[in-house]
Amino acid sequence: MAKGKVEIDAEACKSCLFCIKTCPKNVLDITDAVNSKGYQYVVPVNAEECIGCAMCATICPDAAITVYR
Amino acid sequence: MEIVYKKPSNLSETQPNNFCPGCMHSTAWKLIGEVLDEMELTEKCVWIAGVGCVANAHRYIELDQFNQPHGRACAGASAFKRCNPDTFLFTYQGDGDLAAIGLGETISAANRGDNFTVIFINNGIYGMTGGQMAPTTLIGSKTTTTPFGRTAGEHGYPIHMCELLNTLQAPSYIARCTTADVPNVRKTKNCIRKAFQNQLDGKGFSFVEIISNCPTNWGMTPLESLDYIHDVVLKEFELGEFRCR
Repeated sequence: MAKGKVEIDAEACKSCLFCIKTCPKNVLDITDAVNSKGYQYVVPVNAEECIGCAMCATICPDAAITVYR
Repeated sequence: MEIVYKKPSNLSETQPNNFCPGCMHSTAWKLIGEVLDEMELTEKCVWIAGVGCVANAHRYIELDQFNQPHGRACAGASAFKRCNPDTFLFTYQGDGDLAAIGLGETISAANRGDNFTVIFINNGIYGMTGGQMAPTTLIGSKTTTTPFGRTAGEHGYPIHMCELLNTLQAPSYIARCTTADVPNVRKTKNCIRKAFQNQLDGKGFSFVEIISNCPTNWGMTPLESLDYIHDVVLKEFELGEFRCR
Protein backbone atom coordinates (compact mmCIF):
# COMPACT_ATOMS: atom_id res chain seq x y z
CA MET A 1 0.00 0.00 0.00
CA ALA A 2 1.20 3.48 -0.91
CA LYS A 3 2.42 5.69 1.95
CA GLY A 4 0.97 8.81 0.40
CA LYS A 5 -1.71 9.99 -1.99
CA VAL A 6 -1.96 12.99 -4.31
CA GLU A 7 -5.17 14.51 -5.62
CA ILE A 8 -4.82 16.85 -8.59
CA ASP A 9 -7.43 19.47 -9.48
CA ALA A 10 -7.43 18.91 -13.25
CA GLU A 11 -9.14 22.26 -13.96
CA ALA A 12 -6.50 24.23 -12.03
CA CYS A 13 -3.54 22.48 -13.68
CA LYS A 14 -1.73 24.50 -16.37
CA SER A 15 0.74 21.83 -17.46
CA CYS A 16 3.90 23.71 -16.40
CA LEU A 17 5.40 20.28 -15.48
CA PHE A 18 7.23 21.60 -12.38
CA CYS A 19 5.72 18.76 -10.31
CA ILE A 20 6.85 16.05 -12.73
CA LYS A 21 10.43 17.35 -12.61
CA THR A 22 10.33 17.66 -8.81
CA CYS A 23 8.76 14.31 -7.80
CA PRO A 24 11.54 12.01 -6.46
CA LYS A 25 9.53 8.83 -7.17
CA ASN A 26 8.31 9.62 -10.72
CA VAL A 27 4.69 9.32 -9.61
CA LEU A 28 3.34 12.04 -11.90
CA ASP A 29 3.07 12.39 -15.66
CA ILE A 30 0.87 13.97 -18.31
CA THR A 31 -1.50 12.01 -20.52
CA ASP A 32 -3.41 12.88 -23.69
CA ALA A 33 -6.39 14.13 -21.66
CA VAL A 34 -6.97 17.91 -21.64
CA ASN A 35 -8.99 20.15 -19.30
CA SER A 36 -11.50 22.82 -20.33
CA LYS A 37 -8.72 25.39 -20.88
CA GLY A 38 -6.88 23.03 -23.22
CA TYR A 39 -3.97 22.11 -20.93
CA GLN A 40 -2.73 18.51 -20.76
CA TYR A 41 -3.17 18.09 -17.02
CA VAL A 42 -0.97 16.00 -14.75
CA VAL A 43 -2.18 12.68 -13.32
CA PRO A 44 -0.57 10.28 -10.80
CA VAL A 45 0.42 7.41 -13.10
CA ASN A 46 2.44 5.50 -10.47
CA ALA A 47 0.18 6.26 -7.50
CA GLU A 48 1.40 3.25 -5.49
CA GLU A 49 4.95 4.74 -5.42
CA CYS A 50 3.83 7.98 -3.68
CA ILE A 51 5.47 8.65 -0.30
CA GLY A 52 3.47 11.81 0.50
CA CYS A 53 6.52 14.12 0.63
CA ALA A 54 4.44 17.04 -0.76
CA MET A 55 7.31 18.37 -2.89
CA CYS A 56 5.02 18.46 -5.94
CA ALA A 57 2.48 20.52 -4.02
CA THR A 58 5.18 22.85 -2.68
CA ILE A 59 6.46 23.73 -6.16
CA CYS A 60 3.01 23.82 -7.89
CA PRO A 61 2.30 27.50 -8.66
CA ASP A 62 -1.44 26.96 -8.98
CA ALA A 63 -1.99 25.09 -5.70
CA ALA A 64 -3.67 22.35 -7.72
CA ILE A 65 -2.31 19.44 -5.65
CA THR A 66 -3.62 18.14 -2.33
CA VAL A 67 -1.35 15.65 -0.56
CA TYR A 68 -2.30 13.00 2.02
CA ARG A 69 0.01 10.82 4.09
CA MET B 1 -4.49 9.37 5.84
CA GLU B 2 -4.10 12.97 6.97
CA ILE B 3 -3.85 16.02 4.74
CA VAL B 4 -0.22 17.20 4.52
CA TYR B 5 -0.78 19.94 1.98
CA LYS B 6 -3.86 21.76 0.74
CA LYS B 7 -4.68 25.02 -1.00
CA PRO B 8 -4.66 28.08 1.32
CA SER B 9 -8.11 29.35 2.29
CA ASN B 10 -7.61 32.85 0.88
CA LEU B 11 -7.11 31.71 -2.74
CA SER B 12 -10.42 31.59 -4.59
CA GLU B 13 -12.04 28.23 -5.40
CA THR B 14 -14.35 29.71 -8.04
CA GLN B 15 -12.41 32.52 -9.74
CA PRO B 16 -9.73 31.49 -12.25
CA ASN B 17 -6.03 32.06 -11.62
CA ASN B 18 -5.15 34.14 -14.67
CA PHE B 19 -1.36 33.96 -14.45
CA CYS B 20 0.48 32.18 -17.27
CA PRO B 21 1.51 28.51 -16.88
CA GLY B 22 4.60 28.24 -14.69
CA CYS B 23 4.48 31.89 -13.60
CA MET B 24 5.92 32.31 -10.11
CA HIS B 25 3.53 35.12 -9.27
CA SER B 26 1.18 32.24 -8.47
CA THR B 27 3.81 30.57 -6.27
CA ALA B 28 4.40 33.82 -4.40
CA TRP B 29 0.67 34.26 -3.81
CA LYS B 30 0.36 30.70 -2.64
CA LEU B 31 3.14 31.27 -0.08
CA ILE B 32 1.63 34.56 1.10
CA GLY B 33 -1.73 32.78 1.49
CA GLU B 34 -0.15 29.97 3.51
CA VAL B 35 1.68 32.38 5.82
CA LEU B 36 -1.43 34.51 6.37
CA ASP B 37 -3.40 31.36 7.19
CA GLU B 38 -0.77 30.10 9.63
CA MET B 39 -0.44 33.48 11.36
CA GLU B 40 -4.26 33.93 11.38
CA LEU B 41 -4.00 37.30 9.66
CA THR B 42 -6.43 36.69 6.79
CA GLU B 43 -9.28 38.62 8.44
CA LYS B 44 -7.28 41.71 9.45
CA CYS B 45 -5.14 41.94 6.33
CA VAL B 46 -5.22 44.51 3.50
CA TRP B 47 -2.96 44.37 0.49
CA ILE B 48 -2.12 47.10 -1.99
CA ALA B 49 -1.53 46.25 -5.62
CA GLY B 50 0.93 47.88 -7.91
CA VAL B 51 0.41 47.78 -11.67
CA GLY B 52 1.24 45.11 -14.21
CA CYS B 53 0.68 41.37 -13.96
CA VAL B 54 -0.28 41.87 -10.30
CA ALA B 55 -3.72 42.82 -11.64
CA ASN B 56 -4.32 39.15 -12.50
CA ALA B 57 -4.52 38.46 -8.77
CA HIS B 58 -7.42 40.81 -7.94
CA ARG B 59 -10.23 38.28 -8.16
CA TYR B 60 -8.17 35.19 -7.39
CA ILE B 61 -7.00 36.48 -4.00
CA GLU B 62 -9.79 36.75 -1.45
CA LEU B 63 -8.32 39.48 0.72
CA ASP B 64 -9.26 43.13 1.19
CA GLN B 65 -7.33 45.15 -1.34
CA PHE B 66 -6.97 48.41 -3.19
CA ASN B 67 -4.98 49.58 -6.14
CA GLN B 68 -2.62 52.53 -6.35
CA PRO B 69 -1.63 54.41 -9.52
CA HIS B 70 1.54 53.34 -11.28
CA GLY B 71 4.39 52.94 -8.81
CA ARG B 72 2.64 54.63 -5.88
CA ALA B 73 1.82 51.55 -3.80
CA CYS B 74 4.37 52.43 -1.10
CA ALA B 75 3.07 56.01 -0.88
CA GLY B 76 -0.51 54.75 -0.50
CA ALA B 77 0.63 52.16 2.02
CA SER B 78 2.36 54.80 4.15
CA ALA B 79 -0.83 56.86 4.26
CA PHE B 80 -3.07 53.86 4.95
CA LYS B 81 -0.85 52.51 7.71
CA ARG B 82 -0.62 55.87 9.45
CA CYS B 83 -4.42 56.23 9.42
CA ASN B 84 -5.05 52.57 10.37
CA PRO B 85 -2.07 51.42 12.44
CA ASP B 86 -3.88 48.25 13.60
CA THR B 87 -4.43 46.92 10.08
CA PHE B 88 -1.98 44.37 8.79
CA LEU B 89 -0.76 45.75 5.47
CA PHE B 90 1.48 44.62 2.65
CA THR B 91 2.12 45.83 -0.88
CA TYR B 92 2.74 43.47 -3.77
CA GLN B 93 4.70 44.98 -6.64
CA GLY B 94 6.67 43.96 -9.69
CA ASP B 95 9.97 45.34 -10.89
CA GLY B 96 8.49 47.72 -13.44
CA ASP B 97 6.30 49.16 -10.71
CA LEU B 98 8.60 49.26 -7.69
CA ALA B 99 12.03 49.71 -9.28
CA ALA B 100 11.16 51.97 -12.21
CA ILE B 101 8.26 54.41 -11.88
CA GLY B 102 7.91 53.91 -8.13
CA LEU B 103 11.58 54.09 -7.16
CA GLY B 104 11.18 57.42 -5.37
CA GLU B 105 8.13 56.31 -3.38
CA THR B 106 9.76 53.02 -2.41
CA ILE B 107 12.99 54.58 -1.16
CA SER B 108 11.14 57.36 0.64
CA ALA B 109 8.86 54.90 2.43
CA ALA B 110 11.85 52.72 3.36
CA ASN B 111 13.77 55.75 4.59
CA ARG B 112 10.85 56.79 6.80
CA GLY B 113 10.67 53.23 8.12
CA ASP B 114 6.91 53.03 7.73
CA ASN B 115 5.61 49.88 9.36
CA PHE B 116 4.43 47.73 6.47
CA THR B 117 5.77 44.90 4.31
CA VAL B 118 6.73 45.04 0.63
CA ILE B 119 6.71 41.88 -1.48
CA PHE B 120 8.76 42.62 -4.60
CA ILE B 121 8.56 40.25 -7.56
CA ASN B 122 11.68 40.59 -9.71
CA ASN B 123 11.47 38.82 -13.07
CA GLY B 124 13.65 41.25 -14.99
CA ILE B 125 11.06 42.24 -17.57
CA TYR B 126 7.76 44.10 -18.01
CA GLY B 127 5.35 41.19 -18.26
CA MET B 128 1.87 42.68 -18.75
CA THR B 129 2.84 45.28 -21.35
CA GLY B 130 4.60 42.84 -23.66
CA GLY B 131 8.18 42.21 -22.55
CA GLN B 132 9.91 45.61 -22.47
CA MET B 133 13.19 46.20 -20.63
CA ALA B 134 12.89 46.74 -16.88
CA PRO B 135 15.51 48.37 -14.63
CA THR B 136 16.37 44.86 -13.39
CA THR B 137 16.86 43.32 -16.86
CA LEU B 138 20.24 41.60 -17.11
CA ILE B 139 23.03 42.91 -19.34
CA GLY B 140 22.75 41.16 -22.72
CA SER B 141 19.05 40.21 -22.33
CA LYS B 142 16.96 40.69 -25.45
CA THR B 143 13.59 42.37 -24.87
CA THR B 144 11.20 44.17 -27.20
CA THR B 145 12.84 47.53 -26.38
CA THR B 146 16.41 46.13 -26.41
CA PRO B 147 16.27 43.86 -29.47
CA PHE B 148 20.08 43.55 -29.63
CA GLY B 149 20.44 42.94 -25.90
CA ARG B 150 20.77 45.36 -22.98
CA THR B 151 24.11 47.17 -22.97
CA ALA B 152 25.59 49.06 -20.02
CA GLY B 153 26.61 52.01 -22.17
CA GLU B 154 23.16 52.62 -23.57
CA HIS B 155 20.80 51.37 -20.85
CA GLY B 156 22.81 51.24 -17.64
CA TYR B 157 23.20 48.33 -15.23
CA PRO B 158 20.50 46.25 -13.50
CA ILE B 159 19.27 47.78 -10.22
CA HIS B 160 19.82 45.70 -7.06
CA MET B 161 16.99 46.86 -4.82
CA CYS B 162 18.03 44.93 -1.70
CA GLU B 163 21.55 46.33 -1.74
CA LEU B 164 20.17 49.80 -2.44
CA LEU B 165 17.74 49.72 0.50
CA ASN B 166 20.41 48.17 2.72
CA THR B 167 22.25 51.50 2.68
CA LEU B 168 19.33 53.13 4.56
CA GLN B 169 19.04 53.24 8.35
CA ALA B 170 15.35 52.57 8.86
CA PRO B 171 14.36 49.24 7.19
CA SER B 172 14.10 46.36 9.66
CA TYR B 173 14.14 43.38 7.30
CA ILE B 174 15.62 43.00 3.80
CA ALA B 175 15.90 39.66 2.05
CA ARG B 176 16.21 38.28 -1.45
CA CYS B 177 14.96 34.78 -2.23
CA THR B 178 13.64 32.77 -5.15
CA THR B 179 10.93 30.19 -5.79
CA ALA B 180 12.80 28.24 -8.47
CA ASP B 181 13.08 24.98 -6.51
CA VAL B 182 11.57 23.29 -3.46
CA PRO B 183 14.24 24.22 -0.85
CA ASN B 184 14.13 27.84 -2.01
CA VAL B 185 10.32 27.88 -1.93
CA ARG B 186 10.51 26.86 1.74
CA LYS B 187 13.18 29.53 2.44
CA THR B 188 11.02 32.13 0.71
CA LYS B 189 8.09 31.19 2.93
CA ASN B 190 10.29 31.69 6.00
CA CYS B 191 11.40 35.09 4.72
CA ILE B 192 7.80 36.18 4.18
CA ARG B 193 6.90 34.96 7.67
CA LYS B 194 9.77 36.92 9.25
CA ALA B 195 8.84 40.06 7.33
CA PHE B 196 5.21 39.78 8.44
CA GLN B 197 6.29 39.13 12.05
CA ASN B 198 8.47 42.26 11.95
CA GLN B 199 5.45 44.29 11.01
CA LEU B 200 3.37 42.76 13.81
CA ASP B 201 6.20 43.59 16.24
CA GLY B 202 6.18 47.19 14.99
CA LYS B 203 9.80 47.13 13.86
CA GLY B 204 9.20 49.09 10.65
CA PHE B 205 9.70 48.68 6.93
CA SER B 206 10.31 45.10 5.76
CA PHE B 207 11.17 44.10 2.22
CA VAL B 208 11.21 40.69 0.54
CA GLU B 209 12.48 40.43 -3.05
CA ILE B 210 11.49 37.24 -4.85
CA ILE B 211 13.47 36.32 -7.98
CA SER B 212 10.77 35.12 -10.36
CA ASN B 213 10.38 34.07 -13.96
CA CYS B 214 8.38 35.14 -17.01
CA PRO B 215 8.29 32.16 -19.38
CA THR B 216 5.99 33.98 -21.81
CA ASN B 217 8.19 37.04 -22.37
CA TRP B 218 11.52 35.27 -21.86
CA GLY B 219 10.44 33.01 -24.74
CA MET B 220 11.00 29.80 -22.80
CA THR B 221 9.05 26.83 -21.50
CA PRO B 222 8.41 26.97 -17.74
CA LEU B 223 11.06 24.28 -17.13
CA GLU B 224 13.66 26.14 -19.20
CA SER B 225 12.94 29.29 -17.20
CA LEU B 226 13.84 27.45 -13.95
CA ASP B 227 17.22 26.50 -15.42
CA TYR B 228 17.74 30.08 -16.64
CA ILE B 229 17.14 31.42 -13.12
CA HIS B 230 19.71 29.02 -11.65
CA ASP B 231 22.30 29.37 -14.41
CA VAL B 232 22.07 33.08 -15.22
CA VAL B 233 19.83 35.24 -13.01
CA LEU B 234 21.15 34.07 -9.63
CA LYS B 235 24.72 34.82 -10.80
CA GLU B 236 23.70 38.50 -10.94
CA PHE B 237 21.28 38.64 -8.00
CA GLU B 238 22.76 37.07 -4.87
CA LEU B 239 20.28 35.41 -2.51
CA GLY B 240 20.22 35.92 1.23
CA GLU B 241 19.06 37.98 4.20
CA PHE B 242 20.68 41.37 4.02
CA ARG B 243 19.24 42.66 7.28
CA CYS B 244 17.19 41.10 10.06
CA ARG B 245 16.47 43.08 13.20
